[in-house]
Amino acid sequence: MNKDQRHLNVTAIENGTVIDHIPANNVFKVLHILNLENNKNQVLFGDNLDSHKYGKKGIIKVSNTFFDKGEINKIALVAPTATFIEIKDFKVISKKQVEVPDYIQYIVKCFNPNCITNVENVPSLFTVVDKEQMKLLCHYCEKITVKNNIVFV
Amino acid sequence: MKNKSLVSITDFSKDQYLRILDIAADFEKTPNQKLLNNHVVASLFFEPSTRTRLSFETAANRLGARVIGFSDSGSTSVKKGETLKDTIIMVSGYADIIVMRHPREGAARWASEVSSVPVINAGDGANQHPTQCLLDMYSIMQTQGTLDNLHIAFIGDLKYGRTVHSLVQAMCNFNATFHLVSPEQLKLPSSSKMHIKNSNLTYHQYTELADIMPVADIVYMTRIQQERFSDPLEYEKVKNSYVLTKSMLEGCKPNMKILHPLPRINEISEDVDETPQAFYFKQAENGVYVRQALLAAIAGVK
Repeated sequence: MNKDQRHLNVTAIENGTVIDHIPANNVFKVLHILNLENNKNQVLFGDNLDSHKYGKKGIIKVSNTFFDKGEINKIALVAPTATFIEIKDFKVISKKQVEVPDYIQYIVKCFNPNCITNVENVPSLFTVVDKEQMKLLCHYCEKITVKNNIVFV
Repeated sequence: MKNKSLVSITDFSKDQYLRILDIAADFEKTPNQKLLNNHVVASLFFEPSTRTRLSFETAANRLGARVIGFSDSGSTSVKKGETLKDTIIMVSGYADIIVMRHPREGAARWASEVSSVPVINAGDGANQHPTQCLLDMYSIMQTQGTLDNLHIAFIGDLKYGRTVHSLVQAMCNFNATFHLVSPEQLKLPSSSKMHIKNSNLTYHQYTELADIMPVADIVYMTRIQQERFSDPLEYEKVKNSYVLTKSMLEGCKPNMKILHPLPRINEISEDVDETPQAFYFKQAENGVYVRQALLAAIAGVK
């Protein structure tokens, strides 16, 4: 690890959230799902950083923004290993792990092209029927979208 | 059940569908009961149907309700680009119950969420067709005297046949044994097999129709549809593989009955129609009593 990179890793924020241990190359998906593309605060992110735990990882630091449980769990599909670290006055206040939620709303597109959610303006809703394998049962067409077919809206 | 929508067979409990079957038996004895004199039933068929639409409308008429609606979305504002949501909100301001068929899967669930009145699903794409399932169960009950511990054989297109999937799911509540006869390409999907396994029941798979004749209490025939095959040659190979003829009925159980959701093409030869095993036309008639029962239960008058 060179000195510059280490510097980037430890850059502190005064108030806000550090999202650490994002799987490499999924940073952009996390930014999208958490709608950080439209956040007006300072957002720093890095990808393919060296990680002791995972080899490579991504990280996001966003100032003056905190996430509730529902928002944290939204990224379970792309970053199940992520940790949300809340910072106030440069101090770590809490660390929260991502948990796979029971239901997933809005963010995933149903795999079935004939599903009403893909034809009309209907917000998608899935029951997570298998949290290990990530099998999502569509509330509307009752078909299962599996991990490899997951596309984000 | 008052004011409850029926979208999927799983929306009702076992007790609730047994109650519908009970009420249906009463309507079979006395079909004309003017219990819904002050009701308007909307019959919204976004894609064409013969039996389902006519039997729903007959059921509503026998109950004294008035029916509004359409039998083809071509003549409605859907053609002008109106969304399903807008159509349903509007109609739920006119009618007391909505019966709908739609080509998209999940359309009925969505409609039930935006409607202010109960919605009965009369088929949403390849997904659910719960009233067909109820009338199948009614016919099984009627011919066997029970729903419990039966051997049920399903023949033909078990992959795409939504009536098969729903009936398998429903009969898992009644300790059934399943006998599945289909060409390799049209086998029962793993999701339906999961239901059977999760209920600790057994299924047997066959490729020959004759194999199930000595064991089946119910033979449920389905149509193999040409549009399911990408290769026309494959269709030609299997289309005549499961044709039930009168001579094949020798050696069947004395209580065995043949069901078919209809329309039939050639999979049951016409000489079967005259046999005591043929039950499919009576089954279609039963659709009226079951739908009367459902309308009456949802309206809260039974």
